[in-house]
Amino acid sequence: MRTGAQCVIDGLREAGVKTVFGIPGGAVLDLYAALYRAPIEFILTRHEQGAAHMADGYARASGRPGVCIVTSGPGATNTVTGLATAYMDGIPLVCITGQVPSNMIGNDAFQEADTVGITRAVTKHNYLVRNVDDLPRIIAEAFKIATLGRPGPVLIDIPKDIQRAKTKAVCTGEPELRNYKPTVRGHPKQIARLAQAIQTAKRPLILAGGGVIAGDASAELTALARKASIPVATTLLGLGSFPETDPLALRMVGMHGLVAANQAVSHCDLLISVGARFDDRVTGKVSEFAPHATIAHIDIDPSAIAKSVEVDIPVVGHVKHVLEDLLKLVEPKSHPEWLAQIAEWKEKFPLSYDRFGGRLPPQFVIETLYRVTEGSAIVVTDVGQHQMWAAHYYLYREPRTFLSSGGLGTMGFGLPAAIGAQLARPDKRVVVISGDGSIQMNFQEMVVAVEHRLPLVVVVLNNRHLGMVRQWQAMFYNREYSASVLKPKGRAPNEKVSPPCESDYLPDFVRLAEAHGAAAARVCRPEQVEPALKQAWRERERPTLVECLVEEEENVYPMVPPGASLSEMVHSLA
Amino acid sequence: MKHIVTLLVENKPGVLARIVGLISGRGYNIDGLTVAPTHDPEVSKMTIEVPGDDRVLEQVTKQLNKLIDVIKVADLTSQRFFGQEMILVKVAAGPDQRRGVLDLAEIFGAVVLGVQSASMTLRLADRQERIAEFLELLKPFRILDVSRSGLIAMPADGA
Repeated sequence: MRTGAQCVIDGLREAGVKTVFGIPGGAVLDLYAALYRAPIEFILTRHEQGAAHMADGYARASGRPGVCIVTSGPGATNTVTGLATAYMDGIPLVCITGQVPSNMIGNDAFQEADTVGITRAVTKHNYLVRNVDDLPRIIAEAFKIATLGRPGPVLIDIPKDIQRAKTKAVCTGEPELRNYKPTVRGHPKQIARLAQAIQTAKRPLILAGGGVIAGDASAELTALARKASIPVATTLLGLGSFPETDPLALRMVGMHGLVAANQAVSHCDLLISVGARFDDRVTGKVSEFAPHATIAHIDIDPSAIAKSVEVDIPVVGHVKHVLEDLLKLVEPKSHPEWLAQIAEWKEKFPLSYDRFGGRLPPQFVIETLYRVTEGSAIVVTDVGQHQMWAAHYYLYREPRTFLSSGGLGTMGFGLPAAIGAQLARPDKRVVVISGDGSIQMNFQEMVVAVEHRLPLVVVVLNNRHLGMVRQWQAMFYNREYSASVLKPKGRAPNEKVSPPCESDYLPDFVRLAEAHGAAAARVCRPEQVEPALKQAWRERERPTLVECLVEEEENVYPMVPPGASLSEMVHSLA
Repeated sequence: MKHIVTLLVENKPGVLARIVGLISGRGYNIDGLTVAPTHDPEVSKMTIEVPGDDRVLEQVTKQLNKLIDVIKVADLTSQRFFGQEMILVKVAAGPDQRRGVLDLAEIFGAVVLGVQSASMTLRLADRQERIAEFLELLKPFRILDVSRSGLIAMPADGA
């Protein structure tokens, strides 16, 4: 006989879980008692949102499901943003929440919340366990659901009495999901049609999304692109699915995509979307998206196909298998005219930025970071301007090296996700690129990085504003910076920043980092950046925060204004 | 256009909330919904009436199909199907009006469930168009109350 709590821990071990994130509380004391003796690394976070994002970063960096265990009520509700983030981007998580005892459910008991009700819309599936005999099966099912098909978060809500109850039940072998059988093999006829379309296309283009990374299909994608000489543009979450140093790479597409990538979408005659779901930030005005193209869409999720863009050749299946099948049918090809046209766009519209005569451009920081890290880091971002500059000025060569909240756009994701990523990949160095707005949303997790001696490099591009909000206000709201300025007029005496970096803003990020036990440095001139980043990169035992006081009102360009088509890019404030 | 969607789902707590939540959460409406267990007590059948064009419905059925507790989804609109609804209706009918109401009940095949001093309660199970006609013809007697079951449906062909 095992207790419910023991069934959970055994289930985690059987699923191959090595690391668990979370915070204990009244309703999970039994689970934590069982965890105490288990050979599982436990990471105590400082907020449950941090636990969910760490599990997410762990999953994104490793491909293995991330796990968190939190208590009932506020513990569970604090994970909601993390679950929604993972749900939007298709990241496998298993979140275990405690619940008040079964006989108290519905009584407004202390720390009670309707967790399955609240999380239904932000999980792939969730369970309220009513009988301890079901628990071994549910744990095994949860891991299967989280990873099968389009991955996603699964939540298991376990009342306290169920954790304590005893059972003889075991789950042997893989659980059978009679209703959930995603199509893995693509339909041969559709794959043949796509191969034929590739054979006849004069201006083909691949659009690679996060699905290529989730489906572990970068090698197949790269082989296809090179064999048939097809240029590759990527979505934000697709960065790293195709080496950006390759001559065929067009890099990021969409609202802040590169001109060559967006021009290629607007002029191609065959667009092959691989594991990308045509998010509105990718397509711009849908009616003018890829207007001359036959559109093919390979995706494991049938509901992604024809959701926003009409598709001519749908292929439902696992990207890796579909691309393998496709590779066998595709003949080597060359498109000299098309590639010459693309080279011309690249040449004519490179990324560029203002040097601001000795003051610090934010883009320069990322360029320097790329040089100092030799492009070898796992880059984890928050959300906003710095996220776009991280996409523009760092080149991603391998999958799982650019981690970002793409769909939900969760500020505060970066630092905890980076902690998860570093724990999953001790062989790599992890860098956070954040802003002064985002980093404050989960700064408390810095302690966790210090505690576990994680040598994160945390780059804060501090422009004293909620930069992306300010940019939209500058471009579309008459430069009225409503609530986007993070710069109080009168600065408290204990918050004075030493020269030459004088500036009015709160908080003092260097002292904030030091108070958490991290190393920290502040730079405000271009020549200070490289030494500071090199110093941070040499650190092996603790995180280093590098605060960069960058130009306040720099905007992210190029930009497709909201509602415009990808061919209408803006390069400066008109 | 109104679409009739039938679902076979696991007969478990929370499944109805999951399905209704998905449909409403994605901004689609529900005109009618019925749910009850089938001959297999572990499986329930739902019939949902959803207004929307074919594209909207394709997205709704794809999303429903992704739910772990959903066994099968069918949009019956493009095929031959039987669709039936049951209503209970109470009309104001004293001794002088009873004959008139009874005539209508007989024509439509409605059953008289009860007669009160100033009202009658009837039951009719039929296609929705016939039910609409019946209610229209009862109007002159003054309808006091109506309970409708919502549509239940089944394809005419196949297994």
